[in-house]
Amino acid sequence: MSLDLTPVWLTLKLATLTTAVLLVVGTPLAWWLSQTRSRLKQIVATLVALPLVLPPTVLGFYLLLLLGPHGPIGALTERLGLGTLPFTFAGLVVGSVLYSLPFMVQPVHNAFEAIGQRPLEVAATLRASPLARFLDVALPLALPGLLTGAVLAFAHTVGEFGVILMIGGNIPGETKVLSVAIYDHVESLEWAQAHWLAGGMVLFSFLVVLMMNLLGQRMRRIGHG
Amino acid sequence: MADVLDLAFRLDRGDFSLDLACRVPARGVSALFGRSGCGKTTVLRCVAGLERAAGHCRLADACWQDDASGRFLPTHRRPIGYVFQEPSLFPHRSVRANLDYGRRRIPARERRVDLDEVVELLGIAPLLGRDPAGLSGGERQRVAIARALLTSPRLLLMDEPLAALDHTSKRDILPYLERLHDHLQIPVLYVSHDPDEVARLADHILLIEAGRLRAAGPAPQMLTRLDLPLAREETASALLSGRVRAHDPCYGLTRVAIPGASLMLERLDRAVDETVRVRIHARDVSIALDDPGTSSILNVLPARIVEMHPLGASQVLVGLAVGTTPESRLLARITRHSWERLRLHPGQQVHAQVKAVAVMD
Repeated sequence: MSLDLTPVWLTLKLATLTTAVLLVVGTPLAWWLSQTRSRLKQIVATLVALPLVLPPTVLGFYLLLLLGPHGPIGALTERLGLGTLPFTFAGLVVGSVLYSLPFMVQPVHNAFEAIGQRPLEVAATLRASPLARFLDVALPLALPGLLTGAVLAFAHTVGEFGVILMIGGNIPGETKVLSVAIYDHVESLEWAQAHWLAGGMVLFSFLVVLMMNLLGQRMRRIGHG
Repeated sequence: MADVLDLAFRLDRGDFSLDLACRVPARGVSALFGRSGCGKTTVLRCVAGLERAAGHCRLADACWQDDASGRFLPTHRRPIGYVFQEPSLFPHRSVRANLDYGRRRIPARERRVDLDEVVELLGIAPLLGRDPAGLSGGERQRVAIARALLTSPRLLLMDEPLAALDHTSKRDILPYLERLHDHLQIPVLYVSHDPDEVARLADHILLIEAGRLRAAGPAPQMLTRLDLPLAREETASALLSGRVRAHDPCYGLTRVAIPGASLMLERLDRAVDETVRVRIHARDVSIALDDPGTSSILNVLPARIVEMHPLGASQVLVGLAVGTTPESRLLARITRHSWERLRLHPGQQVHAQVKAVAVMD
C-alpha cells in the first residue's frame, strides 16, 4: 500500500492560511458588529451566518460563477493579471474563508459583547484612543474567544468538502485536499488508504477539540480568578 | 476669579427626560444628590462625554461641548478622572499596571499628581504587585480612585463610588476620600443618593429631582433648608465652620468659636486659630426655654427659632439661628408634644442643647 501524504500537507496549509486570513478579517468584523448601532448590523450578521445553513454546494456554485471568467470578480482578477481563481489553491483559500467565516466571527463577536461597554469606557476616561481601547482592552479580554474562533475555523476548514469539490476540483498538489482524497480512495475501493486518512482525521479532530476545551478552562481561570 | 464648571444638558428618552443648567464652583467637592433614577449619573456621563445630550459643558476657559459651535470633545480628550460605581479594574493587568494605564498617557511635564503621594494617600502600597482578582471591594475601589487621579485630571467625576461596597468597606474608604479632599486641589463632582455621605464630603450641593435641578448652594445652607428633603432625613445635620480659640489642659477640652457662639469639644490636636468644620445631627439637639445650668450637657447655645416643619405625626424639625448670626444654622428634631407644651414659635429666643458634636477634618 502506498499512502500519498500530499493531501495532508495541502490541507494543513489551506487551514493555516484560511485561519490567518480569518483572524485578520474576522476580528475587525466581529468588533464592528459588537460596537455598531447601524441598521446594517443585522443584515451583515445574517450574511456572516449564512454558510452555517447553506449546503456547501450552493456556496461553491455561486463562488464558481462569481470567480469564473464570466463572473464580475473573475473579470476583475483577470484584468488585474491574476487569472481566474477556480481550480487553484488561492481559489480554495477564498472559498474556505467565506465558508468558515461564521466559525471565526461568532465566537469573537460573543467574546467582545461579553466584555461589555464598561472596561472600554474606563479606558476612554483614562485617555485611551479608540484604537488603544481595541488593542489594550478589547483584544486581551476577548482572547479566549479569539482562540476558540481560530481553532473552530481551522478544524472546520480541515473538514471541508463540498465547497472544495465545486470550486477546486481534484488537482493533486493544488486542490486535492484530505477530504477529497478520502473520497477518491473510497471510489477506487482503496479501503486501506481511506482508513489511514479517515482514522487520522478522527484522531486529529479529537485532539483539536480536547485542546480547545482544556485551554478554554485555563483561560477562564486566569481571566476571572 | 474662581473657576466655574458651567453645564447645560437636555435629553429626552421617552420615559426619562433631563433638562438642567447650572454653574458650579470648580473647587472642593460638589455633590449631585438625588434619588436613584433622577438622572444624576446621566449628568456625570454627559460631563465625561460618555453620553451625548444637547447643551454645553465648560470648565473655566476650556470648552468640552458646545452645540452652538458643534464642538464635542470625545471622552479620551477630556482632562477628567472618572470613578465608576463598581470598581472596574482591568482584570488582565496587575494593580501597578492598572495605575500606569492612564498615567503613562500623560506627558511627564503635565503630571501634577505624584504617584507616591497617591499610593500613600489611598494606602495601596501593599497591593501594587497583586492582581485585581485577589483584592476586596474596598481595595479595588481605592485602586480605581488612584488610577483616575494619576491622569492628573482637572475635574474628578465620582459616580457613587461607595454604593457597591459593604458597610465595612464603606467605613474604611470614607476617611481616604476626606483626605483627598484636603490634600489635592482637584475639584470633584460627586454623585450620591446617601445624605450621610453628602454631609460628610460635600462643600456644595446640587439637588436633582426627576431630571431637573431643584436647588443648589453651599452645603451648610442646603443641609439646613427645611424646604428641601436633606434636612428631613433621619441623619439630617448642620455643618458649622469654626476656629480653635483655646485648649483647656485641666479638663482636656478645646474651645472652638463658631459665628455667634462657642463650643467645648473633647481636646483637639489643632493649633490655636486653625479652622475646624463640625457636624451636629438634628437628633442630638434639644431645645430649652432658659439656660438650665444644671445639665450635664456641655454645649448650650443661645439661639433663635427661625422656622418649623412637621415630620410625621409625632415629631417636628426646628431650624435655629445660633446667637444673632443668621448664617450659623442648627437643626433640632424634637417631639411635637414638646413643641406645643413649651409654646415654641418662630422668632422666639431659646437655648439649644447640643449633645454631640462631630469634628469633620
